[in-house]
Amino acid sequence: MKRVYLDNAATTAVDPQVFQAMKPFFSKKYGNASEPHFWGQEARKAIDKARDQAASFLGCKSGEIVFTSCATESINLAHKGLLEALLQEFSNSKSQFSKKLHVITSSVEHKAVLESCRHLEKSGMAEVSYLPVDKFGMVKVADVEKAITPETILVSMMYVNNEVGTVEPIKEIGKLIKKINVSRITSRLSPIFFHTDATQAVQYLDCNVDKLGVDLLSLTGHKIYAPKGIGFLYQKKGTPLIRQQDGGDQEYRLRAGTENVPYIVALGQAIEKCSNVQNSKCSKKIEKLRDKLITNVLKIPGTKLTGHPTQRAPHIASFVIEGTEGEAILLHLSDKGIAASSGSACTSGLLQPSHVLTAMGIPAQWSHGSLRFSLGKDNTKQDIEYVAEILPVIIKKLRKMAPKGV
Amino acid sequence: MVDFQGLYSKKVLEHVRHPRNLGEIKNPDGMATVGNRICGDVMRLYIKVEKKNGKEYIKEAKFQTLGCGAALATSSIITTMVKGKALDEAGKITDKAVAEALGGLPPVKFHCSVLAADALKKAIEDYRKKK
Repeated sequence: MKRVYLDNAATTAVDPQVFQAMKPFFSKKYGNASEPHFWGQEARKAIDKARDQAASFLGCKSGEIVFTSCATESINLAHKGLLEALLQEFSNSKSQFSKKLHVITSSVEHKAVLESCRHLEKSGMAEVSYLPVDKFGMVKVADVEKAITPETILVSMMYVNNEVGTVEPIKEIGKLIKKINVSRITSRLSPIFFHTDATQAVQYLDCNVDKLGVDLLSLTGHKIYAPKGIGFLYQKKGTPLIRQQDGGDQEYRLRAGTENVPYIVALGQAIEKCSNVQNSKCSKKIEKLRDKLITNVLKIPGTKLTGHPTQRAPHIASFVIEGTEGEAILLHLSDKGIAASSGSACTSGLLQPSHVLTAMGIPAQWSHGSLRFSLGKDNTKQDIEYVAEILPVIIKKLRKMAPKGV
Repeated sequence: MVDFQGLYSKKVLEHVRHPRNLGEIKNPDGMATVGNRICGDVMRLYIKVEKKNGKEYIKEAKFQTLGCGAALATSSIITTMVKGKALDEAGKITDKAVAEALGGLPPVKFHCSVLAADALKKAIEDYRKKK
């Protein structure tokens, strides 16, 4: 049977070249990078190279990259680490903050952001504002500006939404924060730090940290053809952080634990390849295939595209399909060898519809039939044609099974 | 394909792929539409009742469902469980019995079997009301 993988926003395959690069670091070059002998220094050099590759991709210094296990860990370190550091700083200096510190994020973030923000609230470290989005899932820069108070010390916004692909106005928010921070110097207020979860953006969008105006940026390897279990946090020099994992002095004392050398090497290789993908033939090809897929799915009556019509990442095509249920669609697609994803209540452990679709104002009976295809570099025109042939049959079948007039 | 086998039993998948008694009964003796407000699934169950020696039996049962794999499978199997059964007995079928007949359901999907058992009870009630 033909098999078509269209769930690249969940995870990607490991690129053969990336796999090749990491292999020697299991059984041949297996040293502990903290040791001074040959084996250790060989590993150290490999980590340094990967750090340089990551830094060159972001346009930052190598010393600003902290390797972690994934984006979730990076996000937790960014949020909790920053708040802890600031609270410590302010308590020492008896600063102006008499009120609780304030964090701004959006209501469509990944759970890693939302849940670590809830932790900040629960532990009493900060108050958090969850900004609304428009019907396309986009945050308004004006809303960010309105939400900022003298107590605001962190804005955390995703670059690309993982469920609907909408590109958030990170550069514009970065500019706004820069402007506000200039005025804060004269009023002796702490600057606002800006974090972005760039997980779904890395492959396709400009991630130059100066252009984005971010102080912290999180990403993971397994969405960009590196293995699962490796990510990093960009920490602009001077951004206060307290490590969340105590132990040895690894990663500039920001993340204790023996470095995962093969995986770090893999991430270095994978991210170097990303700079070749952005605005390349490959990216254009994926965008074209995505548009072809969107055109074909929208031919099915009662379907709507979710997310922004133009400001969207090249790899995500997401829909709601009236009179169907997401998990049932996935099951039938899977029977035909096609992998996709859904935000329907039935596919979630909590039996609640996707918080992203709900925040976009999509009613529950529509998000019940949500479907996301996410493309990757290996997808072909034939893959899309296959989906275009199979999906309408499945939808028709499921609708026929449904009671009428409900 | 081995997909979804981590989530559902073979029996559930079999009923999703080949639902039994799918469709509508024109002029049913009893009918009920039930929905789960949380997840959004909707089931409709139709029954045809016949009398034999003064006793009422379910002659035919059909279903229509908008929902996930578990919702489809529970409504499909319950139609096979009631067909030919005395009405009183059919009304006693529990959600647990439905889940067991399917070789079990994942805990997060138990509510689907509740929905199916509920639909059947309400369809029988509907028949009795009409009588």
